[in-house]
Amino acid sequence: MNFTNFFISGVIKLKEITYKKALNEAIYEEMLRDEKVFVAGLDVGKYGGAFGVTEGLYEKFPDRIFNMPISEAGYTGMAVGAAMTGMRPIVELQISDWVTIASDQLVNNGANMPYLLMGKTSVPLVMRLPSGGYLSYACQHSHSWESWFCFVPGIKVVLPSTPYDAKGLLKSAIRDNNIVIFLEHKRLYNTTGMVPQEEYTVPIGKANIVKEGSDITIISYSFVLTKALEAAKILAGENIDAEVLDLRTVKPLDEETISNSVKKTGRAVIVQEVWKNCSVASEVSALISEKCFDYLDHPPVRITAKECPTPFSPVLENSVLPQTEDIVAEVKKLFAKK
Amino acid sequence: MDKKLSVELLTTMLKIRYFEQAAKTLYKEGQIPGSIHLYIGEEAVAAGACANLDQSDYISSTHRGHGHVIARGGDLNRVMAELFGKADGYNGGRGGSMHIATMELGILGANGIVGAGIPLATGAAFSSFIRKSGQVTICFFGDGATNQGTFHEALNIASVFSLPVVYVCENNLYGVGTCIKNTTRCQQLSMRSFGYGIEGITIDGNDVMAVYETVGKAVQKARSGRGPTFIEAETYRWGTHFEGEPDTYRDPEEVKRWKEAEPIGRFEKELTGKNILDAGEIKLLHKNIQGQVDRAVEFAKASPLPDAGDVLKYVIN
Repeated sequence: MNFTNFFISGVIKLKEITYKKALNEAIYEEMLRDEKVFVAGLDVGKYGGAFGVTEGLYEKFPDRIFNMPISEAGYTGMAVGAAMTGMRPIVELQISDWVTIASDQLVNNGANMPYLLMGKTSVPLVMRLPSGGYLSYACQHSHSWESWFCFVPGIKVVLPSTPYDAKGLLKSAIRDNNIVIFLEHKRLYNTTGMVPQEEYTVPIGKANIVKEGSDITIISYSFVLTKALEAAKILAGENIDAEVLDLRTVKPLDEETISNSVKKTGRAVIVQEVWKNCSVASEVSALISEKCFDYLDHPPVRITAKECPTPFSPVLENSVLPQTEDIVAEVKKLFAKK
Repeated sequence: MDKKLSVELLTTMLKIRYFEQAAKTLYKEGQIPGSIHLYIGEEAVAAGACANLDQSDYISSTHRGHGHVIARGGDLNRVMAELFGKADGYNGGRGGSMHIATMELGILGANGIVGAGIPLATGAAFSSFIRKSGQVTICFFGDGATNQGTFHEALNIASVFSLPVVYVCENNLYGVGTCIKNTTRCQQLSMRSFGYGIEGITIDGNDVMAVYETVGKAVQKARSGRGPTFIEAETYRWGTHFEGEPDTYRDPEEVKRWKEAEPIGRFEKELTGKNILDAGEIKLLHKNIQGQVDRAVEFAKASPLPDAGDVLKYVIN
């Protein structure tokens, strides 16, 4: 379902903003709404954050925007402790790859403490992580770590692909009582889209049917979804009517939307930017096999990055990360076999 | 020396001592699953430090954490039940010896990862700082934790924001089986905090009054917004890292020396010497506490097993 059509037909006024501004508005609105919300990260103060997401917030909330030293484990753990004692921290790491440094605090402390302490504490913490490749940032600034955190009970993982979802999901993430790993794709920050002028939220755990279709379901999320949509357009020209799902949340997965779609189309490809092994694509593939086996015309196919550190040179990087033509080619194979 | 305070400190230390001795026996008998890390010999640190806290304050604890919970006023029955993995344990059997903690007592988890609780405690202090709540956090950890990055990162952050936290390092000389003298060239661990602009103090961690007074000053300093303090309390664990571990790495002479300098006997001697308590009063205290621990063991044995049907309770997916 395309939300824009819905709003245009109604009375809700829309405005066009960037993905970055959408995130900024979400933080601003939630900080106004709840004084327990604070922001911590490197350069999040006057500097405005590495990608400009917190621009102007320090001036509005000087007591709740905190510049941190380059100590990812230290301030992530600090945020877990603050969350356990009544605050609602938003942590920004400049680059998502560095969440590996902070992961002990998230996995061994944040995800465990509510369980160990019998629900008498919670960890309402949002980890904002600028992520993803297609930018020639090479192997320590290009990856996206959703699959790591999907593995851990007690952690939710969200990756919006549009300004509308970025704002609505970040607001939901801030209000959530658990750790939410919020991966913002660096290639999306300056993309624009329509959002309502009025307040709204997007629920965590709901996929979005971006394009309806009847022949195959293409399941994707975050920036690479744009490539899935390009592929769907090309495939339409070849009489393959693809349905495209944006997962938006990869933990918990929206099993219902995924299985309803695949039961309808009988075929599924999952397109993700990162490595295949033990990944979101693998999980979705397993889910489809379990839930839709009798409806399938073909086993689910995973289109992912090659199992290789993301290289620097554009020609190398493009060969590793999934491209539109890869998706088109894989989908056509499924129909050629028939 | 105040009698009420003296009795309180001695009582806490005795509770820990008798509790740990009981745990040691029960573990040996196979009645406690998993592994246990005992606090015998270090009682003065938890007792002296926690006596300075208000109900609404916080602490963070470690794998050697039974003493911290007891010093925070934990119910011996529920602590023992947790060791048994029973439903009435503070964590309902979800934590065991290594993770006994409860938010009811302001304990931010007992952390089984060395140094991992230091950012959490710093975060609770950060939370108090933002909320201007006047709460103080005492962060307990061992000598080994001062070699972890989290220690250095968290102390630096606490200093930058003048957070209301007191770092109490229980220096028992050994990180598992390796002496701290072999894992750092830093002569005195309290020197480490000066690098972050934090006052560092080394004290005799087996002198309960010294712990009480030093931590007390640091707590007051933190509460009044004057920032963190690092206190290195020199102490010693009688046992090995965990129960059942062979003691191949410590000189028996060293163990003997430290046992002679243990905190309870010397405090009792001091109290009788100054006529604050007499031998009869002390004997009675021992008897009462032994009784409490015996009842805690009975309670733990009688406590029902947790319902495996509830195992997913408190997990969010």
